Amino acid sequence: MNTNSNTYTFLYASVMVLIVAAVLSFTALQLKPRQNKNKEIEKKQAILKAVGVASTFADAEKLYDQYIVEAKIVNAAGALISEDKEEAFGVDLKKENKIDLTDRKLPVFIFQNEAVGKKMILPVRGKGMWGPIWGYISMELDGNTIYGATFDHQGETPGLGAEISKPEFQKQFASKQLFDQSGKFIPLALVKGTASGHLHEFDAVSGGTVTSKGLEEMLLKSLGSYEKFLKSSK
Amino acid sequence: MSNKEPLFSTKNKKLLTNPLGSDNPITVQVLGICSALAVTAKLEPAVVMTISVMAVLALANVIVSLIRNTIPSRIRIIVQLVVVAALVILVDQVLKAFAYDVSKQLSVFVGLIITNCIIMGRLEAFALGNKPLPAFLDGIGNAAGYGLILVIVAFFRELLGSGTLYGFKVIPQAFYDMGYQNNGLMILPPMALVVVGIIIWVQRSKDKSLIESN
Repeated sequence: MNTNSNTYTFLYASVMVLIVAAVLSFTALQLKPRQNKNKEIEKKQAILKAVGVASTFADAEKLYDQYIVEAKIVNAAGALISEDKEEAFGVDLKKENKIDLTDRKLPVFIFQNEAVGKKMILPVRGKGMWGPIWGYISMELDGNTIYGATFDHQGETPGLGAEISKPEFQKQFASKQLFDQSGKFIPLALVKGTASGHLHEFDAVSGGTVTSKGLEEMLLKSLGSYEKFLKSSK
Repeated sequence: MSNKEPLFSTKNKKLLTNPLGSDNPITVQVLGICSALAVTAKLEPAVVMTISVMAVLALANVIVSLIRNTIPSRIRIIVQLVVVAALVILVDQVLKAFAYDVSKQLSVFVGLIITNCIIMGRLEAFALGNKPLPAFLDGIGNAAGYGLILVIVAFFRELLGSGTLYGFKVIPQAFYDMGYQNNGLMILPPMALVVVGIIIWVQRSKDKSLIESN
């Protein structure tokens, strides 16, 4: 057979593409449930990490069910929309951030265990230098004092912007406050140098200025949308 | 079949061992440098990258070798690309489902296996003209040679850059208390190039036949 004829070449290419497409879509469909499950577990791990609870891939689900006693959705006006735990967990911040603030669904997770007591956990999401950054902020029930924070990123530069996912960076957020004494919302601001001892400022990552600015913006926008809700929980 | 070639004839053994030393894809053929810089900040991604490349290269070599007589020569590069791309997507999907942590670390690099010059190089230079078994061995050998360098580079970068090996702390806390610092420069890609350069230097000073005369 002449493998160099035009007909043969066209046929060969078409059949090859069909076979490959079939194999790939079959695999993708088969593995999809498992992959989604992994993403869910990762999210649960991150939520627990905001309160400083370390979990492994294996026990994250159990710990989440045990410690997250409640989860709800509020709106920007501070009103309760839903108290369904599954629904609150399923809220996709990436989509929510694109719609109007008044229509946005804002999830709140309530954590409780014996060692740290009751805390609430708020998700945040914004832009870093190369891609999205996100995280979870755990707060005291007064709606003012931060208890802990965890951040993650898609592709910030290792050693520079990516440092936001390190505990050394995250632990400085403990005991920062979101409101001043008169009850005015003060977004956490970035400083160079040292911010320890300040209530409303945090240290930037050295060499990661763009990422740090993105983080500041994310805290302002994401936590800002919870302003009314936090005020009402005081 | 009395004249059948034994599985590990000298020729086949050479296919496996040559890429580890005198025909190493990174240090001698200088292929696959891009990914060698990217995934060697820590040992774990380096090892996973090696395994992924080995799986893709060995399978792609066998598949291309099996269909080598049917491939229209005018579109042979496209055919090779489709085979490699399909395998890479498979590896990516499997990692996402069964080794999620690792797939997150490798993220874009898994996709970049497609552009790894070693793979296209071996398909074009070897698999198209050889039977499946030698092609398979050639794939394993070249991926191992690639992985060997990756692991050596990652060993030094992780040890000096993070003070850990495979995620475990190996430099005792007492050293840090006495003022020892991790070298942040080692984490950045340029140092991988320097380490690869040192390996090439050491290899060529031991094996003079590798030095080009000009």
